[in-house]
Amino acid sequence: MTTDLNFPGLRSGVELVPTLGEGDQPQTGKDFTSDQEVRWCPGCGDYAVLKAVQGFLPDLGLRRENIVFVSGIGCSSRFPYYLDTYGMHSIHGRAPSIATGIATAREDLSVWVVTGDGDALSIGGNHLIHALRRNVNMTILLFNNRIYGLTKGQYSPTSEAGKITKSTPMGSLDHPFNPVSLALGAEGSFVARTIDSDRKHLTSVLSAAAAHRGTSFVEIYQNCPIFNDGAFDAIKDNATRADAIIPLVHGEPIRFGAPGEDGLGTKGLVRDPDTGGVRIVEIGDAAGQVPADAIIVHDARNPDPSTAFAISRLTDSGYLNQSPIGIFRQVERPTYDDQAREQVSRAQADAPAERSDRLAALIGGGDTWTVV
Amino acid sequence: MSVQQGKQVKQLDRVIIRFAGDSGDGMQLTGDRFTQESAVFGNDLVTLPNFPAEIRAPQGTLPGVSSFQVHFADHDILTAGDAPDVLVAMNPAALKANLGDLPKGATIIVDTHDFTARNLTKAGYDANPLELLGDANDPLGAFAVHPVDLTGMTVEAVKEFGLSRKDAARAKNMFALGLLSWMYGRPTEPTVAFLEKRFAKVADIRDANVTAFKAGWNFGETTETFAVQYEIKPAPMAPGTYRNITGNLALAYGLIAGGVQSGLPVFLGSYPITPASDILHELSKHKAFGVTTFQAEDEIAGVGAAIGASFAGALGVTTTSGPGIALKSEAIGLAVMTELPLVVVDVQRGGPSTGLPTKTEQADLLQAMFGRNGEAPVPIVAPQSPGDCFDAALEAARIAVTYRTPVMLLSDGYLANGSEPWRIPELADLPTIDPDFATPIAEGPDGTTPEFQPYARDPETLARPWAPPGVAGLEHRIGGLEKADITGNISYDPANHDLMVRTRQAKVDRIARSLPPLVVDDPSAEDGPGAKVLVIGWGSTYGPIGAGVRRVRKAGYHVAQVHLRHLNPFPDDLGDILRGYDKVLVPEMNLGQLSMLLRAKYLVDAIGYNQVRGLPLKAAEVAHAIGELITEAEGIAVDLTAAPERALS
Repeated sequence: MTTDLNFPGLRSGVELVPTLGEGDQPQTGKDFTSDQEVRWCPGCGDYAVLKAVQGFLPDLGLRRENIVFVSGIGCSSRFPYYLDTYGMHSIHGRAPSIATGIATAREDLSVWVVTGDGDALSIGGNHLIHALRRNVNMTILLFNNRIYGLTKGQYSPTSEAGKITKSTPMGSLDHPFNPVSLALGAEGSFVARTIDSDRKHLTSVLSAAAAHRGTSFVEIYQNCPIFNDGAFDAIKDNATRADAIIPLVHGEPIRFGAPGEDGLGTKGLVRDPDTGGVRIVEIGDAAGQVPADAIIVHDARNPDPSTAFAISRLTDSGYLNQSPIGIFRQVERPTYDDQAREQVSRAQADAPAERSDRLAALIGGGDTWTVV
Repeated sequence: MSVQQGKQVKQLDRVIIRFAGDSGDGMQLTGDRFTQESAVFGNDLVTLPNFPAEIRAPQGTLPGVSSFQVHFADHDILTAGDAPDVLVAMNPAALKANLGDLPKGATIIVDTHDFTARNLTKAGYDANPLELLGDANDPLGAFAVHPVDLTGMTVEAVKEFGLSRKDAARAKNMFALGLLSWMYGRPTEPTVAFLEKRFAKVADIRDANVTAFKAGWNFGETTETFAVQYEIKPAPMAPGTYRNITGNLALAYGLIAGGVQSGLPVFLGSYPITPASDILHELSKHKAFGVTTFQAEDEIAGVGAAIGASFAGALGVTTTSGPGIALKSEAIGLAVMTELPLVVVDVQRGGPSTGLPTKTEQADLLQAMFGRNGEAPVPIVAPQSPGDCFDAALEAARIAVTYRTPVMLLSDGYLANGSEPWRIPELADLPTIDPDFATPIAEGPDGTTPEFQPYARDPETLARPWAPPGVAGLEHRIGGLEKADITGNISYDPANHDLMVRTRQAKVDRIARSLPPLVVDDPSAEDGPGAKVLVIGWGSTYGPIGAGVRRVRKAGYHVAQVHLRHLNPFPDDLGDILRGYDKVLVPEMNLGQLSMLLRAKYLVDAIGYNQVRGLPLKAAEVAHAIGELITEAEGIAVDLTAAPERALS
C-alpha cells in the first residue's frame, strides 16, 4: 500500500526497504504477532494500538525481517516484544538515539520507535527534539496517557497542572507540554495526532507516517484505565466528540461540530487577527457567525509551520474538551541518514576499491623515515 | 643547511626542551614542528604538551601559559623527561610558571620584548628579573640565561611583507623555532614545506613565517650570544618505516583498522569532550573507509546511536572522557545485557567532576570496572604509549566483536596529546576479526525450521549469536530486561537470573584464554636468582616506570617489571607472577586503583606509589620508590646516585 504524498520526486519513507516478491505468501496480522504473552492491564489503550499496528503492517508489503521496533521504558515500551519483527526494548528515554544509529547504519530497514509521554518528553526529551530536527528516517509513536503507569501513577509531563497524584498530593505544579506544539517547534517534518480508540483514523495516520521520509511524529491519545481513566472521555463520548474533535484533512476547510445543511460541521477555524492565532467560530450568515468561505483550509504542506502551530494550541489541558487530530504538518526535508550515507558513498567513490591498501597508505602517510 | 665552521659543536646524548608562551603564541605548533624535525632526523623522542583548558586565558597571565616539552635522544627513551634542559620563554608569565621545573644550570632563552612593566605585573614580578642578571640577588643566577629580542628581530625580518605590526610579531614563534633548530642541527626542509602548505592561500603570512624561521636559524649561526651548536645523533631503532604519532591519532587509526580487519563498517557516536575530541575529528575525515561519524546531542545519545548501529551490524564505537563515561553508564549496561559489540574509548583526564580537562590522570579504572548498576562486567584494555594506542584499539575491537560485549579502552590525556616515533605495522601482521554473523536456519529433516535462539552460546567464547536485522527467520527482540537463557525471552525466574549473571561474568573471564602470556622483564633472572621486587603498572605510566627501572638497574640493583594491557580480565598467569616476588610496587596516577584490584583478586600486598598532579609520573620518583622496596626486600642500602639522572631517562 502506498500513500499519495503529492510530492513529485519525494522518496517514500520505505523506498529502500525490501518488499515482498510475487512468490511470497501475503502477510497477515498473525505474521507480526510474536509468541510472547501480552501483559498490559485489562482495558489498556495499548492493546488497541498493538492490534492496529499488527493489522496495518502487512499493508506496507515490506519484508518482516527488515522492520525494526525500538522502545524505551514504560508500559508502551513493551510493544516490541509482542511484534514478530526485529526489536529492541532499550533504556529510559533513549530509543530515538538508538533508532538514529540503526536508521543511519542501514538504509534497508523500516525503523519505528514506540514511546510514552514520560519516556519521550521527560527523561528522553533531548533525544526526541534532536531526532526531529535531524529528520532521521523513522516513525515515532508517542503513546500519551498523561500519567506514569509503570511506576504506578505519578504525574507526567503532559498531566494537567494541579493534578493530584501519588507524588503530588496537593496538586502538580508542573505546566504540561503540548507534544504537537513541541514537535513543531523542534522542526518536525511530519507531525500528527490520533486516538487509540479510532482504529480507522489511527491506521490512516500510521500509513502516512510510514510513507513519509524523515522523522514522523505521531501522538496517540491513549487511555490508562488504572491511573488516569477518562482523561480523553470528551473526545471519545458520542455525545461530546463532535464538538471535541477537530479533524484536520489536508486541502479541506477545518470544520467540526454538529453537521449543518451542507453536511459539514457548523463550527470552524479562522485566523484571529488580535492574537495571531486561530479561533473557533460558528459558521453561518447570522450576526456573530462567519461565512463558510472564511474558514481556514488546512495546508499540511505549508513550508511555514506557524498556522500548524496555532492550530496545535487549541488543545486544552486539564479535562480535555477539544483537540485537533490528523496530520498537522507534512513537509519535505532531506533526512539526516540519507545525507550521512551519501557523504560516505561520495567519499568511497573517489577512493581505490581495496580498503586494506588504503589502510596501509593511511597509516604510512605523513612525514616518515626508514631505518634499515 | 649544515653545521657552520667556526662554531663549537658539542655532542649530547639527549636534550629536553620546553617551549613556553602565552596560549596565543603558537607554542603547541612550535613544539610540534621541532618534534617532526627531530623525528625525521632520526632521534628517539617523547613529547608532553601542557596547555590550559581556557582557549585564550587572559593574555600574559600565569593561567594563560601554554607549553610543549620535547625529549629527544640518540638512544631509546621512554618519557618526556622529568626536567627541561632548555626553556624557551616568550613572556614573563612563561618564565615564572616554568622556572620551578628547571634544574640548576639549565639554559633559558627569553624573548625580552614582552618584559614590559605591565606584563611583569601580570606575571607577579615586582622587578624585571632580566635587569638583575649578574647581580648578587639575581633570581636567575643558577641558570644560563640568554635574553634575546625575538619579537623585535622577527618584526624587522618580515617588514618587507607589509604586515601589520601585530601580524608580523605573530611569526616570532617561527623565529624561535629557527633558532632552536640551528642550535640542535635539526633539518629545516620539513618545516619550510609545512609552512608553505599550511599558509598556501595567504602569501604574505606564508612568506613571513618562512622568513622568520630562516631568520631565527641565521641569527643562531651569526650571533655571538650562542657560541655552541649541539649534535644529538640519530638513535638506533629496529628496522622499519617510522612516523611520529600522537595517541589520539594512533587510536583513530586503530579503530579504522578494526573496521578493515573485521570487514565491518565503523559507526562512531560521540559528543565533543577534551581530550577525546580529536578522535572524532580524525574519524570524520575517513568516510572512505566506511566510517560514519555522528556528533550526537549528548554523551548518552552518542553511545545510544553506537549501540543501535551495532545492533544493525556495524562496529559501534563511542569516544569520550571520564565525565562522559559517567553519563554513558546506563547505556553500557544495556550493551552488557543485550551482548552487542561496542568499543567505549575513555581518554582519561583529571577528575572528579569537570576536574582538570586538559591534564592527564588514570583515575577512571574503577569506574570502567564497576561504574554500572548490577553485575555488569566489561573488559578493559589500556595502551601504554602513544603509538601503542593503535594496537590497543584493534585489540578492543577484537574482543568486542568476538565476545559480543562492550569493551572499555582506557587512554589518557598524556597519551592522547603526547607523541613518539611509531614503527608503522605491516598489514599482514595485524589480527583479523571474524564477525561470524548468525546465518539463516536450515529446514530440519522433518520439514520444520527450528526457532532462532538469540541467547544460545558458542561453547568456547560463550558469545551469543550476532543477528543484525535483514535475515528472515532470525527475527528476535532484545532489551534491558533479564533474558531467559538460550531463548532470550523476558525472564524473572530466580534460577535463570543467577545463571545469566554468572554466564555474563564467565564470558568476560573467558577472554583471558585468548591472551598471550605476560612478559616479565627481569634481566637479573637470566643468569641469577632474579629480582625480589616487581613493579607493575598499566597505561601511560609505562614510560616513567620503565625509565625508573632502568635507573635502578644502572645503579646495580635488581627489579622486575611487568605492564598490563588487559585490566579485565587479568591474564591467567598474573597471580603466579605476583606471588613470585617479595614486594610488588604499583605506580599509578590515582590513589591506588590497580593496587586495590590486585589486592582483592590475588591477596598480595601490592604497594602503591601514587601521584595525582595532572602530569605524568617522574622517572626519578619511581626509581626512588623502587629503591625503598629493594632496601626492605633485600636488606641493603640503595644508592641511586650511581645512575645520574641526566644520563638515563
